[in-house]
Amino acid sequence: MTHISVKVDGTTYEDDVEPRLLLVHYLRDRLGLTGTPIGCDTSNCGACTVELDGVSVKSCSVLAVQADGGEVTTVEGLAQDGELSALQRAFHEKHALQCGYCTPGMLMAARDLLREHPHPTSEEIRHALEGNLCRCTGYQNIVRAVQAASEQEVPA
Amino acid sequence: MIPPAFDYARPASVDEAVRVLADAGEEAKVLAGGQSLLPLLRLRLAFPELVVDVGRIPGLRGVREDGNTLVIGAMTTHHDVIHDPLVRRHAGLLASATATVADPAVRHRGTLGGSLAHADPAGDLPAVVLALDGELVAQGPRGRRTLPARDFFVDYLQSALEPDELLVEVRVPKADGWGFHYEKFHQVAQSWATVGVAVLVRRDDGHIAEARVGLTNMGSTPLRASETEDALSGAGDAAAVTRAAEAAAEGTRPSQDVSASPEYREHLARVLTRRAVLAAAGMG
Repeated sequence: MTHISVKVDGTTYEDDVEPRLLLVHYLRDRLGLTGTPIGCDTSNCGACTVELDGVSVKSCSVLAVQADGGEVTTVEGLAQDGELSALQRAFHEKHALQCGYCTPGMLMAARDLLREHPHPTSEEIRHALEGNLCRCTGYQNIVRAVQAASEQEVPA
Repeated sequence: MIPPAFDYARPASVDEAVRVLADAGEEAKVLAGGQSLLPLLRLRLAFPELVVDVGRIPGLRGVREDGNTLVIGAMTTHHDVIHDPLVRRHAGLLASATATVADPAVRHRGTLGGSLAHADPAGDLPAVVLALDGELVAQGPRGRRTLPARDFFVDYLQSALEPDELLVEVRVPKADGWGFHYEKFHQVAQSWATVGVAVLVRRDDGHIAEARVGLTNMGSTPLRASETEDALSGAGDAAAVTRAAEAAAEGTRPSQDVSASPEYREHLARVLTRRAVLAAAGMG
């Protein structure tokens, strides 16, 4: 067992974990933060994307011990005081989801894009989301939602 | 899937990492960004007794100049390589090829040194560093040694690193003034290259004076298309480039897998080489 201390969505957790524990399993099974889904288990789909120390990562491809001392934001940390973020609102308003399974990862990847490129073209949005798969193939509305959010004052 | 159980060490210095690796012998795996190792562990294709996490060792990240050479720390992430002003100015081929690796989230974690040490012939960066005539610096209990890229890649997933050595630096000669292009064929955006071609050309008076062509996934290691390189010297138009590119698959031994047959890979090597050289030389 290895001792870790990780801040997740604003709360600091101290835990003893097996080194082989994946960050996504730590978030879901230990902390109960099931807003982050497991999609493919092969690093391809991006459903489990979270932020680690300010950048997007696939939480199935990070060990919990690697997040020791770090700060994680999951989709559950986006809304503040029950208010959806502008990006979440845009996904709602543009109907950017069908089954919703890819949505947490899409939101986290899009947040990353909007931090680096506050006003991306639709081409740039598509490239930024290339690591996130939507099996409903609802990409058109996802791109529209990210674009709509980028027109807001505080997009992500 | 859940990885097999392993012990975990997080050394604080290169010296400590080398000691830990020497004690563990063949049973240890080095964890850099983890974007190749974790998928292998999850699929239970690797069973290390010990994982040595070098992610917190100071001094292994970042890019500096050493005369006419760029020195890139092995733990520099793909994201940092793409955005580094020195890499963009002096090794544009590396920056542009790295931008095609996987996807943004993987590029935030994955490292240049990790992808080279992994020595996957389908990885993009081994062929790029080979085309750049790069060198790899390894540190072990016997000190440091420098290996040219052409000696570093030994076989499929096998580098010349000893079990107790850590890759610490990648050195590439500055390629100022060289045209460059990385052309790859892959089935979906974030998948491995079916075939990739990394090209550098130095132009002189409208002709190609010198060309270097690195091939991704055309054998068990990255390869140089040396016949094509020779034939490109003096090429002045698209027809001459097309003729030279016909030799791109000479001496290669591409594999058969679900994506492509060896014959199809040879075809891709010729087509992608032509496209990459034309783009690098500004003849497209």
